[in-house]
Amino acid sequence: MSTLTQIREIVLMNLKSIPQRLGASLVIVIGIAGVVGVLVAMLSMSTGLNRTLTATGDPNRAIILRGGSNGELASFLDRASNTLIKQDPAIARHPDGLPFASGELIVITEVPRKGQSSGANVSLRGVEPKGFDIRPELKILEGRRFKPGLRELLVGNGAYTQFDGLGVGSKLKFRGSYWDVVGVFETGDAHDSELWADLDTVQSAFGRSGVSSVVVKLNYTEAFNDLKKRLTSDPQLNVEVKTEQDYFSSQSSGLTSQIGFLTNIVAAIMAFGALFGALNTMYSAVSARTAEIGTLRALGFGNAPVVASVMAEAMTLSALGGVLGAGIAYLLFNGYSVSTLGGGFTQVAFNFAVTPGLVMQGLSWALMIGFLGGLAPAIRAARLPVTAALRGG
Amino acid sequence: MIRKYLPLVWGALMRKKTRTAFTLLSLAAAFLLIGLLQAVNSVLSGGADFLGANRLITQAKISFTQPLPMRLLPQIEAVPGVEHVGHSQFFGGVYQDAKNFFPQFAVNPQRLRDTYPEWKMPEEQWRAFISTQDGAIAGRVLADKFGWKVGDIIPLNSFIWTQRDGSRVWQWRLVGIFEGRDKEWTDRANLMYLNYGQFDEGRSERARGLAGVFVVRVKNPMDSERIAAEIDRKFENSADETKTQSEQEFQLGFLKQLGDIGFIVNAISGAVFFTILILTGYTMSQAVRERIPELAVLKCLGFTDRTVLGLVIAESFLLCFIGALIGMLLATAVIGALPSEYAVKADGSVWIFSGFTTVFLALVVGLPPALRAMRLKIVDALAGR
Repeated sequence: MSTLTQIREIVLMNLKSIPQRLGASLVIVIGIAGVVGVLVAMLSMSTGLNRTLTATGDPNRAIILRGGSNGELASFLDRASNTLIKQDPAIARHPDGLPFASGELIVITEVPRKGQSSGANVSLRGVEPKGFDIRPELKILEGRRFKPGLRELLVGNGAYTQFDGLGVGSKLKFRGSYWDVVGVFETGDAHDSELWADLDTVQSAFGRSGVSSVVVKLNYTEAFNDLKKRLTSDPQLNVEVKTEQDYFSSQSSGLTSQIGFLTNIVAAIMAFGALFGALNTMYSAVSARTAEIGTLRALGFGNAPVVASVMAEAMTLSALGGVLGAGIAYLLFNGYSVSTLGGGFTQVAFNFAVTPGLVMQGLSWALMIGFLGGLAPAIRAARLPVTAALRGG
Repeated sequence: MIRKYLPLVWGALMRKKTRTAFTLLSLAAAFLLIGLLQAVNSVLSGGADFLGANRLITQAKISFTQPLPMRLLPQIEAVPGVEHVGHSQFFGGVYQDAKNFFPQFAVNPQRLRDTYPEWKMPEEQWRAFISTQDGAIAGRVLADKFGWKVGDIIPLNSFIWTQRDGSRVWQWRLVGIFEGRDKEWTDRANLMYLNYGQFDEGRSERARGLAGVFVVRVKNPMDSERIAAEIDRKFENSADETKTQSEQEFQLGFLKQLGDIGFIVNAISGAVFFTILILTGYTMSQAVRERIPELAVLKCLGFTDRTVLGLVIAESFLLCFIGALIGMLLATAVIGALPSEYAVKADGSVWIFSGFTTVFLALVVGLPPALRAMRLKIVDALAGR
């Protein structure tokens, strides 16, 4: 027999005998399922968060902030700047002649999480009427838009599901007066975690005269550079101009990389533990098969097929464990929605996303553990002297 | 009794050294994780208890980022039972590079001294802080990190506050370096206090007179709840409604903002525990299965069924205990190596939790093979049936 045929036969025989060592085999499968499950679940959290944050932003939109501010919350533009910015020719105009631009004011409010008493920071965004026109992705799911001049709120879908008392018809008390929730909206991005109200109403309630940012729709994407050059060189203004995409991805990068870092540490420690479990199992599988291996060697099977058979067993069981772990993570966590502190010190609601890429990543960890766990026992099996092995080691 | 049986139990573990070593390593990895995760959990469930209950924080009800006006101060001071009131505004300054983040608060120096007697500083430095309009004091940890000396000028680039001329760079003169009254407080001395004088004068007109949050020191901690309720009642239905809570709750609020960390921590701990249970359980049952003839010999020699049961359980305990101990010592070492700004500590509750986990694990893992060993019939076992 050629070495390849030998390998094929011995691997098949070995795999068919796995059910006889079911208990031991399950140890590898479950050990690795645990590692992969935790890894995939945690990574799906950072993937989901990243997806929500980077979905925000149209390349055709730009955001203008005060120079040097690290986010909308710390930014402030006075009324004059707001008006001046909107006159830039790079900004598209609505058929009614007004620019597609919305001065927006962000303030933080505390809203309790569902089932908790302590408040979480939620952004309240005051928007101008054109704020709706420049964001065609916004859909009203329930109720209606707020009316200008009234203390009415539109609630993002993410905020609605994560926090308490935000249903249509409920009232919220801010700064000594009541606000009515009149509708729920969805944009599919970070704005879903916000409460929206009329800009003038928010300004008067919070005693603020200016805006945090101005969001504008460009005539065409390339007009951005002109807009940026004109606004930043205007001596009347002290502003920073960013495309909406740049702005939102810069807000999220720190958080997602931190989650990724922690996930890898936890998974690495777990993988270390599971590796020794796999080694134990494979060593005992080899010692249970000592006589069998001896017989095969006496029949003329070479070292390579013996090594291959042990490795194949380890890798098959690990792959099974990996699939099981990823499957459990998918069933339990895909679409699971949570909220956490985002870039602007306010809550971002997002859904866990178990993507095919993550499953592949989990499987490659599983195979790696299987490979390392099988290698030493496989070599030991191949090195057994035939005579000793035949006697059963 | 322990001396009599320990060598026997030890011998059983040492019978297959590789297997025992591997199992110990997986146990150590599992308990390293459990120790770390539970330390995080203990912080979330109110670990910062040294903050004491005699300080309250009054913030704007709408959010602590919304500064309260200074005019509330005398009204809060007038509440019976209040000893001292201070105010504190987060400054959000960056020193040299955004990576060097540390918190700074603009405060009234005398009021800071009254409300935080835990900070210790030489008398002349306190005087200098009180009388220097652009003065600042830094914690020892911070001063050592950047090599600051008293008299240095420290420029901070605030991402929140602009000066009237639009500039964001504020110069502060370091007039003192403070330490904590004990080790816990000294470890936390990585923050900076700025004199409210220059801060309020420098910022734009519209922001003047805003205090930030108020720090209320009460005479008797037993009165805290009543005083908190009374302060909030004073400002009810005004534009500046307040929310007063203990300093501890206020700090915890920041962590809770991160989301349901407790759930994530417990879910991972659960997965780790389940996995290690299966791994160790298999090893134990394997170890007993291999020794069945030996156990039968023990019984022939006159060991009772119950002693054999005890021996196997003791073996399981010893295995889990050594593994858990290695893991927990590693976890303690890792936590000890963390920079002090992470308030994670492997305190007593973490050890107790791990202790219970170990006992539970040892029982679940040891009992099935132990029962099997107990029920062993000598004849069958010796015959290899």
